[in-house]
Amino acid sequence: MKNSVFFGAMAFAGLAAGAASAGTLDDVKARGELNCGVATGLVGFAAPNAEGEWEGFDVSICRAVAAAVLGDATKVQFVPTTGKTRFTALASGEIDMLARNTTWTFSRDVDLKFDFIGVNYYDGQGFMVPKELGVSSAKELDGATVCVQTGTTTELNLADFFRINGISYEPVPVETNAESQQQYAAGTCDVLTTDASGLAASRTVFADPTAHVILPEIISKEPLGPLVRHGDNEWGDVVRWTLNALVAAEELGVTSANAEEMAAGTSNPEINRLLGSDGSLGAMLGVSDDWAKNAILAVGNYGEVFEANIGEETQIGLSRGLNAQWTDGGLMYSPPFR
Amino acid sequence: MTIMTDPPNSGFRLSQLFSDTRYRSMTFQVIAFIALLLMFAYLGNNLINNLRAAGLNISYSFLGERAGYDLNQSLVPYDSESTHARAAIAGLLNTLLVAILSCVSATILGVTAGVLRLSNNWLVSKLMAVYVEIFRNIPVLIWLIIISTIVASSMPLPRAFRGEDATASMIFDAVAFTNRGVYIPKPLLEHGIFASASANWLLVLVVLGVSLFASTRVGRWANAQQEATGDRPQTLWINLGIFVVPFAVLMLIMGLTWDYPYLKGFNFTGGTQIGRPLIALWFALSIYTGAFIAENVRAGIQAVSKGQSEAAAALGLRQGRVMKLVILPQALRIIVPPLISQFLNITKNSSLAIAVGYADITATLGGITLNQTGRAIECVLLLMLFYLTASLMISGAMNLYNASIKLKER
Repeated sequence: MKNSVFFGAMAFAGLAAGAASAGTLDDVKARGELNCGVATGLVGFAAPNAEGEWEGFDVSICRAVAAAVLGDATKVQFVPTTGKTRFTALASGEIDMLARNTTWTFSRDVDLKFDFIGVNYYDGQGFMVPKELGVSSAKELDGATVCVQTGTTTELNLADFFRINGISYEPVPVETNAESQQQYAAGTCDVLTTDASGLAASRTVFADPTAHVILPEIISKEPLGPLVRHGDNEWGDVVRWTLNALVAAEELGVTSANAEEMAAGTSNPEINRLLGSDGSLGAMLGVSDDWAKNAILAVGNYGEVFEANIGEETQIGLSRGLNAQWTDGGLMYSPPFR
Repeated sequence: MTIMTDPPNSGFRLSQLFSDTRYRSMTFQVIAFIALLLMFAYLGNNLINNLRAAGLNISYSFLGERAGYDLNQSLVPYDSESTHARAAIAGLLNTLLVAILSCVSATILGVTAGVLRLSNNWLVSKLMAVYVEIFRNIPVLIWLIIISTIVASSMPLPRAFRGEDATASMIFDAVAFTNRGVYIPKPLLEHGIFASASANWLLVLVVLGVSLFASTRVGRWANAQQEATGDRPQTLWINLGIFVVPFAVLMLIMGLTWDYPYLKGFNFTGGTQIGRPLIALWFALSIYTGAFIAENVRAGIQAVSKGQSEAAAALGLRQGRVMKLVILPQALRIIVPPLISQFLNITKNSSLAIAVGYADITATLGGITLNQTGRAIECVLLLMLFYLTASLMISGAMNLYNASIKLKER
């Protein structure tokens, strides 16, 4: 009797280990829900609103993928991850994709066995200091105490920047963005450093946002994008082309307002292929033919997502800059839907 | 006629392994042991297979690579050009530093509170009861965050020390309390005997060690005198001389000066900085574990039969001597074993350091290095090895001490 229980437990463990290896796309469909890793709370990118619903720039990517795969943008389980837990969560299969302003680097892509499926925000690391310090350049920060989120590329860029410029600093490592805001506000550090977009987002939560300046130096390239596990190419394609669909939709003038109408058929064959009235791109991807339409209806095109969450009209107030369409001098460029 | 019954044939049958009480317990132990081995083999095999399926392997080569991050406190020379191994060592030393500091202060705090809790003074004993109950019933992580927040928000900023209308000032122009830590003067040896500063300080330690040894010899001599004549010679001045004179002479030779902290740019420079993370972690671990130790001490003292103290009093010993000569030696036998586990708790609880940004080994090797290299299994295995070794060493040392004070049967 004891033996049978033991072997039963072993068999169960074996089954559990086996289940994780099936395709993520099938897993998500079978589960009827997308597990999406996001930040623990960064206003504009991923944070719960007053009703407790997650919203933000990264959250919209999760919702777009859920809409494309499941036809319902609400079927998302948001898993808050810190800079430290995010990769383990993805590698272990706890989440299907990670959309948590994560910088695309060589070692993460190659050594950690992830696939970055694109870039949804081109960012760079900056510094924020209280205005009263009278600092106008990051090179004047000799001897400063700097709050930095631990386990990020930010931490490494920071060390490099100060070393190259021959100036010293004292790091205050913190776990989450909220904690770094708190430490900075209490004055335990003189300087807050993270991606410039994150600084702009953090500044909005301070009592007097105008009392803080973001220094002009951008010390790194930070292409932020969603990522999936390496080796599951079908699932990688779904996430990659959902992001591309949002970018292409902006370029082609498809918005959440007119997508339904355009899906009936237009004179532009690329729009027709994108929205599923021509060809069967959805079937090739393993999802329904109206996948892109669903995604666009759920969150809007890339421009709409940007403006609604972090654009100049919002508190965060970021301009498009590098993130404008390539036709407007930016870097947002979707390969053709053909 | 006698009836002889032959003893049963002693041939061994396999079923005896289960039916015969002589073998049965051994059989089951062997089965359980094999099952345990199988389970571990299965888990290990599973891990290796899953890693291989994910295209990963176990490798420690990352330890030799450049770390690329900075630490806010390091006892060994360290910068972002150093290797991950060095970052791990820096973290390890920081862990040991805070563990040793906290063990010492928690013991002092705990023994004081434990003895005072037995005080006849109602107010004192109740105050200690309140201390014990409050601090041991709230998780140490909460204390850590509370203390860190209090230091961060109640102490002045370094820039409050600047200018004509400075709102804060240094104590004796030497010590500055800021929300980033306490800055104290640092002793410097101007013309040391050796070239390197650490060798000079080692010499100072050696001299102090010799003084300590000499003073124990003086103590023994005093004991012998007391045994022989009944009078104990005054040793206070001798001991003071043994410690102060060589130390002072050495300091004079090597030219002791003080490096005072002063405000420069954003922060104080010069002197020694005791950072806010260290203060918060040290203080939180001390007061939290001190509350547990206080209970151990109280229990140990109360476990010594009242007859012992009454008998000692009947012999004419004073209160202090009763405690020192009669009660504590017996109480220690009861106090020390639980004290060992409190010391182990301090060492392990110090891994909460990252909550206040202290660069201990969990924050460096188990945090930043793990994250930057993605070598989670390797890092966690190393961490386990470290904490296991540290704990076993503490417990080994304390067991030696325990053996030295336990009841010696003659």
